[in-house]
Amino acid sequence: MPDQEKYNAADPLAEAGTEELEMPSAVENRTFDLGTMEAQSLIKPERLQDHPEAPAADERVEARSLWQDAWRDLRRNPIFIISGLLIVFLIVMAVWPGLFASTDPLKCDLSKSQQGVSSGHPFGYDNQGCDVYARTVYGARASITVGVCATAGAALVGTVMGGLAGFFGGWFDSVVSRIADIFFGIPILLGGLVFLSVVPSQSIWIVVAFIVVLGWPQIARISRGSVITVKQQDYVTAAEALGAGSSRLMVRHILPNAVAPIIVVATIALGTYIALEATLSFLGVGLKPPTVSWGIDISSASDSFRNAPHMLLYPAGALSITVLAFIMLGDAVRDALDPKLR
Amino acid sequence: MSSSMTTGVSSRKADPRGSGTGVEDAPLLQVRDLHVEFRTRDGVARAVNGVDYSVRAGETIAILGESGSGKSVTAQAVMGILDSPPGFVTGGEILFKGRDLLKLGQDERRKIRGSQLAMIFQDALSSLNPVHSVGYQLGEMFRVHRDASRKEAKARAVELMDRVRIPAAKERVNDYPHQFSGGMRQRIMIAMALALEPDLIIADEPTTALDVTVQAQVMELLAELQAEYNMGLILITHDLGVVADVADKIAVMYAGRIVETAPVHELYARPAHPYTRGLLDSIPRLDQKGQELYAIKGLPPNLLRIPKGCAFNPRCPRAQEICRQEVPKLFQVTEDDGTELAGRGSACFFWKETLHDA
Repeated sequence: MPDQEKYNAADPLAEAGTEELEMPSAVENRTFDLGTMEAQSLIKPERLQDHPEAPAADERVEARSLWQDAWRDLRRNPIFIISGLLIVFLIVMAVWPGLFASTDPLKCDLSKSQQGVSSGHPFGYDNQGCDVYARTVYGARASITVGVCATAGAALVGTVMGGLAGFFGGWFDSVVSRIADIFFGIPILLGGLVFLSVVPSQSIWIVVAFIVVLGWPQIARISRGSVITVKQQDYVTAAEALGAGSSRLMVRHILPNAVAPIIVVATIALGTYIALEATLSFLGVGLKPPTVSWGIDISSASDSFRNAPHMLLYPAGALSITVLAFIMLGDAVRDALDPKLR
Repeated sequence: MSSSMTTGVSSRKADPRGSGTGVEDAPLLQVRDLHVEFRTRDGVARAVNGVDYSVRAGETIAILGESGSGKSVTAQAVMGILDSPPGFVTGGEILFKGRDLLKLGQDERRKIRGSQLAMIFQDALSSLNPVHSVGYQLGEMFRVHRDASRKEAKARAVELMDRVRIPAAKERVNDYPHQFSGGMRQRIMIAMALALEPDLIIADEPTTALDVTVQAQVMELLAELQAEYNMGLILITHDLGVVADVADKIAVMYAGRIVETAPVHELYARPAHPYTRGLLDSIPRLDQKGQELYAIKGLPPNLLRIPKGCAFNPRCPRAQEICRQEVPKLFQVTEDDGTELAGRGSACFFWKETLHDA
């Protein structure tokens, strides 16, 4: 108890409470201010003049949007630069394979079957006596085409379906989500073996269509979730309260804010779709000869791997590098677009 | 209930600011017996239970209440931006310029939103879209409602930013919301709401997210622009300090009902409802230093289980048996000699006693 009293006596607030006259003047002034606050006008005349926080012209930071910010981040990211250069190189190779290989990949000489490196043929020959270097270069076209087109298709279908489901909700959402679940439930390789072996496919577009059909639910889930999150943001309500209609809300306000995770997932999916095409071709249900594909080459080389490993290593190496490049790009894009990871 | 309220409030204004003259003209907005409920998994939450109020051109009405008293929900119902489901307007009328908004189609309501009826939100940062520049968002008002061209919209955006006194508007029009300070962002929200010179603005706690010093500037700006355009203003707030200078009349809400209405200064001087009394008593003052700060005991009611009778009865120091049985209507408040106090109503059986205590 004596301790308590001592404490009380030392406490300036307790003292101030009982002996107001002895308070230091500064505290007194403050007390006066606060005490009369209620009766005072909230807006004092001297506040009518604004004191603008005018930024000095030379200090101004340039305005940057999320995308400009992300781009600035990407340019500084070595992973992005490496994967970007690789991808540019691969795309050039896919579009103009003639720039890199002068030999025709379909012009084969059985007498040279499984032969090793010779002058002008740096990767040697395969089972049929075709030039492995030329086939590796020309194989990029099928892989990149399937990867890019399948990703674009799946992203488009997935974003639209998932976005509409998330925006409208209710029964439409339920229907779309269940349909997506059904496709999601089909194992993609098993589905490929079943469907593609039934279709007498020659064209790469069948493979693209198949990947789109089984791939869109993944994107749809992401975009649905992302749209639902964005839809609840105050700025969407604010835009609605100021008279924006449904289509404007979706396109101008929700989509730009919801698209970042979709881009990230799509970029990573691109790499996996390329690998998927190779896998399907390896299994004999994807692309078929005479289309030149790394998967077909890997498949035909696997039997004689011990005798002639070069036939397998070059197309497999090219495939690995391509998939790696796209997955690295996806990672870099995710880092740039997800501010939480910064 | 509605008759006592609408006739009562018509006659005087506490402040000459604004229209001043239009005493007998029809109200701009008239909310009558509005009911809103939220159908949740746990049951039906009755958020608004028969709210009446009216706003005239140039008039400011403050709606005061704790969180969950239904003040924001009322505003959302008026704007037509109630999240539905789970929220449903289950009864009443919202007459805006004589037309019942609840009977209009989605498209018609959308056209009214923004151009004639606008809203200012509490948190300006989250209410501005981070991916668009503020100029784009301001210009959007003209593009949506006036079919303006991009260039025109931007020019108008700069004009608006000047009007709400954002310095260097021309240079800042392409900046993004995160590059502005809190006060500046709220000015931009005000500019957006004002863009098409609406007849009525609902400001939902416009200064809650701001510093005290900035609060005053923003309120001042809002009041000034309101007077300039002769708009009606509904100010939703829980801050008694903000209300005092700006509002003409106050409606105090509790558990989805209006429990007291009064011209602003009369409410401060002589509250006629124990809840209002409690609110005023719980403002900290330094002349009570050393004493315990008054707080209304108990908690606001769970809207899923609003108490029987007067919703305030479990917390009310004056509660009698009748309060637990009957829901009090909004009584006209009179002086002892029976002269009616204009615009004053109290939903308390013991308003007379409460008024005397003050």
